[in-house]
Amino acid sequence: MSILMVAALVMGVLALVLGTAIGIFVKFFKVKSDPRVELVLELLPGANCGGCGCAGCADFAKAVASGKLQPNRCPVSSREQVNAIAFALGVDPGEGFARRAVVCCSGDKYQTQMRKFYNGAIDCAAANMIGGGPKGCRYGCIGMGNCAHACPFGAIEVINSLAVVHQELCVGCGKCVTACPRGVIKLVPADSSAHVYCNSPEKGATKRSLCHGGCIGCGKCERAYPDKFTKTGFLASVNYEAEKLPGTEELEAIKCPTGALASEAGHYESEKNAGKGDNK
Amino acid sequence: MKYLELTVGAVLVYNFVLSRFLGICPFLGVSKRVSTAMGMSGAVVFVMTLASAITAAIYRYLLHFTLNGVTYDLGFLQVLLFILVIAALVQIIEIVLQKLSPALYQALGIYLPLITTNCAVLGVATLNAKANYSVLDATIFGCFSGIGFALAILLFSSLREKLELATPPKAFEGTPIALVTAGILAMAFCGFAGLC
Repeated sequence: MSILMVAALVMGVLALVLGTAIGIFVKFFKVKSDPRVELVLELLPGANCGGCGCAGCADFAKAVASGKLQPNRCPVSSREQVNAIAFALGVDPGEGFARRAVVCCSGDKYQTQMRKFYNGAIDCAAANMIGGGPKGCRYGCIGMGNCAHACPFGAIEVINSLAVVHQELCVGCGKCVTACPRGVIKLVPADSSAHVYCNSPEKGATKRSLCHGGCIGCGKCERAYPDKFTKTGFLASVNYEAEKLPGTEELEAIKCPTGALASEAGHYESEKNAGKGDNK
Repeated sequence: MKYLELTVGAVLVYNFVLSRFLGICPFLGVSKRVSTAMGMSGAVVFVMTLASAITAAIYRYLLHFTLNGVTYDLGFLQVLLFILVIAALVQIIEIVLQKLSPALYQALGIYLPLITTNCAVLGVATLNAKANYSVLDATIFGCFSGIGFALAILLFSSLREKLELATPPKAFEGTPIALVTAGILAMAFCGFAGLC
């Protein structure tokens, strides 16, 4: 027998044996998986953001298929997608509303005073522990972008040392909320049109000496819309449960003296144009 | 003495990554976090041990045999056969693990199929064949080579986690500084030369 034939024979037999072995193993070690898990997984967006509290979409699909969670717990899925999952499984989609993240601070590097010389690690958590970073305010955004790094959707941009959320990209998974060492970021209903971009509970005069953008607690907004804004101490807050929040024009009519009260679009515009000459 | 060389030698002196420069791809690719590096090293130790045992047996009893008084030497099939066997072996391990130990299957995850075509796994099989180790010796050598890989990648990934916070010159950020670190680590391992 020539060596060539022996080689071909050995390879052929080995391939056959291995192939059969794999076939047998597949047959005997078959894992019975719930087909509904696959179905839900296909309908999910597959962002693996963890916003639902599970470890990724696969885990969430398992929890939904076994009835532990309701489909609307996925923050990324739109209303239609949630309904599609609920329809496929024949379960209740669950009541709920979409949420968005808002960085409640307007202290960019032009508004707030850079009080300290900080040359440590470029990391909000580290800066927060060492003297609170370069800015004077101890309650506002540090601006080193821990939230932007944490965001799986690239929805947070750091403009002039201030984190700003792009509302059209944000899905409200809440990763930035846990990443922020200061707790400046809040999750609010997606359709709310007004926010107070300040987080500091300090006295108005103290705030004013540190930052030009902070809420000084003048109470103008509360007087104009008593049921929609509440002033606690020197910080106004939006009542997000309220029926309909004032739109852009109504907000302008309130004439917030520091510009802390703004809509998302207005806030983003003013941050983008900050330091370009037309800003005071 | 022989076993000292097979164990300590495989881990420290002839470290797969830092002395033989095998398996560099996962060494650089999955060493950004210690947790993923742990998963990868677990999978490598597992597969290297099993692959060494099986390929040593194949090398001794299938590639060189005597039939009807004629001796056949199929040494030229070595690489082909090893790859075929390793690939099939990993496939079977994956199927069995999924059924018997879903937790381990989850932990190893994507890394198990990834290392099918890893040069470190083929490398250990080839080195075994070259040294003509017995099946037991080859298994020990394979296991400790895997542990050597694990040691190297765990050291490297912890260094890289620390590097994340460092501020190297702009041109060195990312992969360049990682390669420099790997080079220094390899030089450190040269200190073990001559140990056994």
